[in-house]
Amino acid sequence: MLNSRNKVKAALVLIPTVIVVFYFIWGFAVYTAFLSFTKSRFLPNHEVVGFDNYILLFSNDRWWVAYSNMFIFGALYIGGCIILGALLAVLLDRLTKGETLFRTIFLYPMSLSLVVTGLAWQWILNPTSGIQQIVRTAGLEDFNFNWVASPDFAIYTIVFAALWNGTGLIMILFLAGIKSIDDEIWKAARIDQVPVWRIYFNIILPQLRTVLLTAVMLLGFQVVRSFDVVVALTNGGPGYASDVPARYVFEYFFQRSKIGQGAAAAVMMVATMILIVLPYLYYEIRRKEV
Amino acid sequence: MIRRYTYKTALLYSALVVSALFFLAPLYVMLVASFKPLDEVRGSSIISFPRNWTIEPWLKAWSSACSSLDCIGIKPFFLATFEIAIPAMILAIFIGAMNGYVMAKWRAKWADILFGLLLIGSFVPLQLFLIPLAVTLRELNIYGTTTGLILIHTIYGIPLTTMLFRNFYITVPNELVQAAVMDGAGFFKIFFSVILPLSPAILIVAVILVFSGIYNDFLFALTFGDTSKRPIMAAVQNIVSSSYGIKEHNMNVAAVVIAALPTLLLFLIAGKFFVRGLMQGAVKG
Repeated sequence: MLNSRNKVKAALVLIPTVIVVFYFIWGFAVYTAFLSFTKSRFLPNHEVVGFDNYILLFSNDRWWVAYSNMFIFGALYIGGCIILGALLAVLLDRLTKGETLFRTIFLYPMSLSLVVTGLAWQWILNPTSGIQQIVRTAGLEDFNFNWVASPDFAIYTIVFAALWNGTGLIMILFLAGIKSIDDEIWKAARIDQVPVWRIYFNIILPQLRTVLLTAVMLLGFQVVRSFDVVVALTNGGPGYASDVPARYVFEYFFQRSKIGQGAAAAVMMVATMILIVLPYLYYEIRRKEV
Repeated sequence: MIRRYTYKTALLYSALVVSALFFLAPLYVMLVASFKPLDEVRGSSIISFPRNWTIEPWLKAWSSACSSLDCIGIKPFFLATFEIAIPAMILAIFIGAMNGYVMAKWRAKWADILFGLLLIGSFVPLQLFLIPLAVTLRELNIYGTTTGLILIHTIYGIPLTTMLFRNFYITVPNELVQAAVMDGAGFFKIFFSVILPLSPAILIVAVILVFSGIYNDFLFALTFGDTSKRPIMAAVQNIVSSSYGIKEHNMNVAAVVIAALPTLLLFLIAGKFFVRGLMQGAVKG
């Protein structure tokens, strides 16, 4: 179908995208990786200093707090989204009436930005306006619930907010998976008198491995990138107790004028993402071999 | 038998209702607070209904809420966001649709490689683009301008739109294009008179996804937005976190609700397409 005139036109159409891919995506990413090996502070500086920025980064307690927060947040967020999402999907699948209504209710937070999500939860978790105040007025006057301002618990409030925003999508993925499963399985299991909940948990959900993998990858990437919800809800505080790598990078770039160290932290974000992808690639390759 | 059935149904519905309350609570709490006078916000519980309804907080949030700079409300930021989101959305969708057409219907080997690089690139954390972007925008003299943000959102919208349109156009039968070629239609004529008329469904999905992506953006808004005209999410975060003197919670909450409304309404009106788009976006990896 490609004659030479159309070939030229097709190539012309793709020119902006070639620029985007090689300059604005890959070029920029490689440049930032390069900056992580330079002396860049307030402005990019091309004097190479080897691994100095990484040594500084790894000896910075702040970084380790941010980095381990990512794993605490990640484990609870991914686990929570998947358990809650799968459970809601099963419940919706059992429903004969009202599926659309409930689906809309579980999904609408997805349409809101993570900034709105963070600010809304800040309002609920704020001790003077939110949950603590409700329980106190209800009679329990010594009740304390001030997780947003607690160094040990602030990171968990971010999990709440993110779960509220993200569960809907995972539910929809599982729901589509459940509905795609052959009706024959239901008939067979019914004849054998298997209880409904066991059909779901022993037969149907185990068949949704691909959905599970997609969900884990998707959520994993979101975790590494998460910035908005943290800034809006706790801004990494109190102190830097609830900081995460994405915010750390931003702060070192623009507020602390340590571009080199920020770039090193950004490279660590990418390295973590690659670690998330590896199991997926392994799974894909093994599946092809079988 | 009947009794067991009703007992199980009741259990099912109560589990769903409890979950629904969890998901609805933040919206409810925000809405009631935004209609309360200030003394009532401080004095009453956040779950109680307003005793004296007022739209004052909404009006104040719209036209006189204070950011760290001045007290001009969120109106200018709200409008500025549309000035950025609409041109960037149109550009990203147009380029993505043309890309999709070329990649799906005029298959060249190198175009597949380009698509692969684009797809993997879409997973790179945006933080890696910030410093080079800042340098580029300064060189082009568009740092902190609407033009700068339109450019950024167009560029980083292309991976998503290309993916959506390419995957959609692959399902369009090749015979249609071949027949048009036989009839003597040229490259662009085929796109505008054969391919584009088949695309309303994917166009709606793209509009919803791209618009809400740009509207909800925070990182680029915060980094490259001009303080007096920054996009809505950066503005609303600034307003809520930087109240001088007395914190007017009802007004802050109203500002957050106003900021949330456009994408929320889009979801309620076109939820079906929203879900379809999210699913397509989600399984792209």
